[in-house]
Amino acid sequence: MSLAPQCSLNSVSNGDKDGVVIDCDVRELYYGKFKAVRDTRIAIERGKITAFIGPSGCGKSTVLRCLNRMNDLVRGFRFEGQVCFQGTDIYHNSIDPVAVRRYIGMVFQQPNPFAMSIFRNVAFGLKLNGYKGDKAERVENALRRAALWDEVKDKLHDSGLSLSGGQQQRLCIARAIATQPQVLLMDEPCSALDPIATRRIEDLMLELKQNFTIVIVTHNLQQAQRVADKTGFLYVDTTQGGRTGYLVEYGETRQIFEDPVEKYTQDYISGRFS
Amino acid sequence: MAETGTNATSKGDSITRAPTAFEKHGNTAFRLASYLFAWMTVLLVLYIAYTIARQAVPAMSKYGWGFVTGTKWDPNTKEFGVLPEIWGTLYSSLLALVLGTLFGVAVAVYLSEHYLGFLVFSVLKLFGVQFHPFWGKLPDRLEVLLKNLIELLAAIPSVVYGLWGIYFIIPLIRPLCQWFQVKLGWIPIFSTTLSGPGMLPAGIVLSVMIMPTIAAISLNSLLAVPPKLRQAAYGLGATRWETILGVILPTASKGIFGAVILAFGRALGETMALAMLIGNSNVISWSLFSPGNTLAALLANNFAEAGPGEIGVLMFAALILLGITLLVNVVGAFILDKASSGREGAKR
Ligand SMILES: Nc1ncnc2c1ncn2[C@@H]1O[C@H](COP(=O)(O)OP(=O)(O)OP(=O)(O)O)[C@@H](O)[C@H]1O
Ligand SMILES: [Mg+2]
Repeated sequence: MSLAPQCSLNSVSNGDKDGVVIDCDVRELYYGKFKAVRDTRIAIERGKITAFIGPSGCGKSTVLRCLNRMNDLVRGFRFEGQVCFQGTDIYHNSIDPVAVRRYIGMVFQQPNPFAMSIFRNVAFGLKLNGYKGDKAERVENALRRAALWDEVKDKLHDSGLSLSGGQQQRLCIARAIATQPQVLLMDEPCSALDPIATRRIEDLMLELKQNFTIVIVTHNLQQAQRVADKTGFLYVDTTQGGRTGYLVEYGETRQIFEDPVEKYTQDYISGRFS
Repeated sequence: MAETGTNATSKGDSITRAPTAFEKHGNTAFRLASYLFAWMTVLLVLYIAYTIARQAVPAMSKYGWGFVTGTKWDPNTKEFGVLPEIWGTLYSSLLALVLGTLFGVAVAVYLSEHYLGFLVFSVLKLFGVQFHPFWGKLPDRLEVLLKNLIELLAAIPSVVYGLWGIYFIIPLIRPLCQWFQVKLGWIPIFSTTLSGPGMLPAGIVLSVMIMPTIAAISLNSLLAVPPKLRQAAYGLGATRWETILGVILPTASKGIFGAVILAFGRALGETMALAMLIGNSNVISWSLFSPGNTLAALLANNFAEAGPGEIGVLMFAALILLGITLLVNVVGAFILDKASSGREGAKR
C-alpha cells in the first residue's frame, strides 16, 4: 500500500490515536436492498483483543468481514463509511482488496483447511507472498505458536483433513499467522470445538496478543470476559421495519460487563433477552 | 409453548404406527426390481461383447496379430489391417481431448466463478437498475441460459457437426494451416498440407462435441467445492487466479478427471462426424494436417458393401474398438481411485 489515501477519520474520540490500528466507521452497509448494519464506529487498538458480542443476525460477522474487505465478494454489497487501517482508507478506489487481506488475516467459524498436506496448508500464505526464505522454519514457527506442532510434527505431509476438528482449527490459525499479518480477525473460532479445545485456543489468543491485534466475534460471553480487553455490543434495530444491526456500546470489557451504560447491553449480558 | 408440548405427546393424539405388511413388501419388491434392472444392464453389456466376439472369431483365427499390425485394407486382395485406424482413433481422440478439456474447463470455471453474473450486475449498476424486480434477476438468468446453451451443444446431431466441419471449419483453418506448413514444416506435426479433410478439422469438431460433457461435469464438481475453502483462500489474500489454480481446481480435480475420461470414451466411439471429416485414408502420420481414418469411421464406411467374409473382419475391428474404450475407462477408474485415496474427506 504505497499510495496511501489519507484517512479522514481523525477525530478519534478516545484520544490515543497511535494505539488505534483499525478505525472503523460503518455508516450504512447493504446486502442488495437489505440494510444490514448502520452507525457502527469501532476503534481497534493495537496489541489488544477486541470482542464483538450480540444476538444472532445483528451483523457481528458483517462488521468483522468489513475490516478486511471480505464482503466485497458478495454481489450487491454496498458500503458507506470508512475503514482506516494504519491511517489508510482501505475502501478507497486505489486500494486492492487482495492486498488488504494480506495485512489483515482471518480465521473462520468452521475450520477450513485445504485438501492438501498440513505443511502445504501452512505454507500457502508464504507462497502467495512470494516468500523466498526458509519455509520449513516459518511453518514450524507458526505451528508452534498455534500449539499444534507437537501433535503434527511427525506427519506434516499428511492431509490437513486427517486432523480432528479442534486440530484443524488450530491449523487454520497457524496458516493465518504464518505470514505475520498485523491484525487477525476471528469469527466465532471456537463454536465448533469442545470446552478443552476452546480453552486452548483462548490461551493461544492471549499469547498471540503480544504480536498481533486480534478481533474476535463470539457468542460466548464468558469467553469475551476471559480474553477480550475491549468489547463491542451490537444489537438489531427493528423499529424502522428492517432488521438493521448497530453498535450499542463499546468500551473496556470490564466496564461493559460490570457497569454497562445502555439498558440493552445490561439486558443482554444478564440474559434477559428472549 | 409448554402446553402444546404436552398435547403433542399425549396418548390420544399420536398418529404413529408400525409399517403395514403392504408397505414392507412394497419395500422388498422395489429392492428386487432395482437389483434386476441393474444386473440386466451388466448382462446386456456382456451379451453385446459376446455376440461381437463370436462373429469375430473366424477373422481372428485367420488374421491373428497381423490384423492389428497390418496397414492395408483391401477387400479385393483380402488384405486387412487396422493399425492406421487404431492410430487415427487415438490421435483424433487425444487431440480432441486436449482442445476440449481446455475449452470445457475454462467454460466451467467461467460459470462457477459467476464471472458473467458479476459482469451483467456491474452493467446494470451503471444504469442503476441492479435491484430492479426484472432486470435484477438478469445476471442469474443469463448464467442459467449460458449453461443450457452449452448443454444444447451436446444435442446437435453428429451429422450436422460433420457438415459444419466440412463447410465452415475446413475453409476457415486452411489458410492458417498453410502458413504453419510453410513456416514450420520441419516440425513433424506440421509436415503435410491440409488438402481438405484431415486430423485437425476432425479433432476441432470432435472437441466441440465433447466439450459440453467436460464442461457440465466439471461445473458440477467445481460448484461442489465447499465455499469455505474459497473463503479461506481469499481470506489469506489470494487473488482470484491463485484461488482458482491453487485451491478450487485441485479440490475439484477428481470430478474433472472423471469428466475427461467420459469424454475420451465418447470421442473414441464418435462415428459420423469423423467419417465425414477425417478423410478415410489408411495413413499413419504425425501431421495434424494429414488425412487419416478411425475404427468407427472404418466400420461405418464398410459395413454396407461388406461381403460374407468381411463381416467377421469388421466384427474384429469392432471388438478392438470396444477393447480400447474399455481399457480407457478401466485405467481411468484406476487412476481416479489412486488419486483420490490421498484426499479422503475433501468434501467434509
Ligand atoms: N452474504 C450475504 N448476503 C445477504 N445477506 C447477508 C449476507 N450475510 C449476512 N447477511 C445478512 O446480514 C445480517 C447480519 O448477518 P451476520 O452474519 O453479520 O450476523 P451475525 O451477527 O454474525 O449473526 P450470527 O451470530 O448468527 O453469526 C443478517 O440479517 C443476514 O441475513
Ligand atoms: Mg456470524
